[in-house]
Amino acid sequence: MEFNATLLGQAITFAILVWFTMKFVWPPLTNMMDERAKRIADGLAAAERGKQDLEAAEKRVADELRQAKQQATELILAAEKRASQIVDEAKDAARTEGAKLVADAKAQIDQEVLRAKESLREQVASLAVSGAEKILRKEIDAAKHADLLASIKAEF
Amino acid sequence: MASNATEYIQHHLTFWKSSHEGGFWTLHLDTFSVSLVLGFIFLAVFASVARNARMENPGRLQMFIETIVEMVDTQVKEIFHAKSKVIAPLALTIFVWIFLMNTMDLLPVDLIPMVAQWVGYTFFGADPHHTYFRVVPSADVNATFAMSLSVMLCIIGFSISAKGLGGWIKELFTAPFHAEGLVMSIILAPVNFAFQLVELAAKPISLALRLFGNMYSGELIFILIALLPVAFQWILGAPWAIFHILVITLQAFVFMMLTIVYLSLAVEKH
Repeated sequence: MEFNATLLGQAITFAILVWFTMKFVWPPLTNMMDERAKRIADGLAAAERGKQDLEAAEKRVADELRQAKQQATELILAAEKRASQIVDEAKDAARTEGAKLVADAKAQIDQEVLRAKESLREQVASLAVSGAEKILRKEIDAAKHADLLASIKAEF
Repeated sequence: MASNATEYIQHHLTFWKSSHEGGFWTLHLDTFSVSLVLGFIFLAVFASVARNARMENPGRLQMFIETIVEMVDTQVKEIFHAKSKVIAPLALTIFVWIFLMNTMDLLPVDLIPMVAQWVGYTFFGADPHHTYFRVVPSADVNATFAMSLSVMLCIIGFSISAKGLGGWIKELFTAPFHAEGLVMSIILAPVNFAFQLVELAAKPISLALRLFGNMYSGELIFILIALLPVAFQWILGAPWAIFHILVITLQAFVFMMLTIVYLSLAVEKH
């Protein structure tokens, strides 16, 4: 154990090494490592956020799908209802139309019957008149008894 | 053999000195050159990695360096709570430099001295019997005390910057024993001062001697193993070398940790 100037030399060397490390080794390395740690943390946070976004999106998609299905069901129900309504309306319309046609036909028939009766009556009257004429020709003057004949005619 | 062995050991334990007369201004050129080369290797590797450090896809060397830096950084952050730009680089330098110096212990004990003798004889015509080369700088008290005394200066510097010059001087006389009243303070002042001086001196001495003792004894045992017959050297040499891997790392780590602890104590208020 002997102390000499080596100690001073070593101390100077040591000081230079420390200074150099402090200046050129430590700051760039630790800065880089801190930055990397930050970047990794950011990346993890972003990934977490992405996962949450994805979950939210999936939930929204499911919601919208369910809504769409519900809407579709509602539409189908409404359409069915409307269709049956249309059918009912058509049936009603057909029924009234039919009834109307029948009524018209009846009325026409009645009229025809009436007209036939009228013509029948006229024919019967004229037959009766012609018959009576033939009978009366001998006794009655057509011109003399015109009023009478007209009143008989009207009575038929 | 006995005188031969003694001579061999003596030869291995002699420094390569800048002058044969001795005296304070003698330099241990072996300690100096080896530690300087190792220091430059440390700086070159770490600075080049720091310069080319990539945030993405770091290479193996960069990851290795990052592991060391992170280890030091974690220790510093756990122990030292004040803000300081110096302490972490200081701790890193201490750890790596001491580790590299200690690693020289794992080289074959005769390798570098024989190279030195051959170079000295071939190029400078030096007498091989008087060419000395001790390859483990941390087995030189000058190297270990150079670091521990620098650490002590840092302790004083940190104390003064944290508490002010007046605060530091005041603390030298008022801690660890706190007194109530003027009379007791005056009585306790010299006691406190003595305690503080012992504490201040004990730190660098224990730091330096712990490292020196471990490395010196390790070196000595390697030298003794080298005296065994060649065929049997590995029986002791291999286990000791393997064990020594632990020792050199541990000693570097302990020196670094204690430095951080001392400096954190220095900035704390009593």
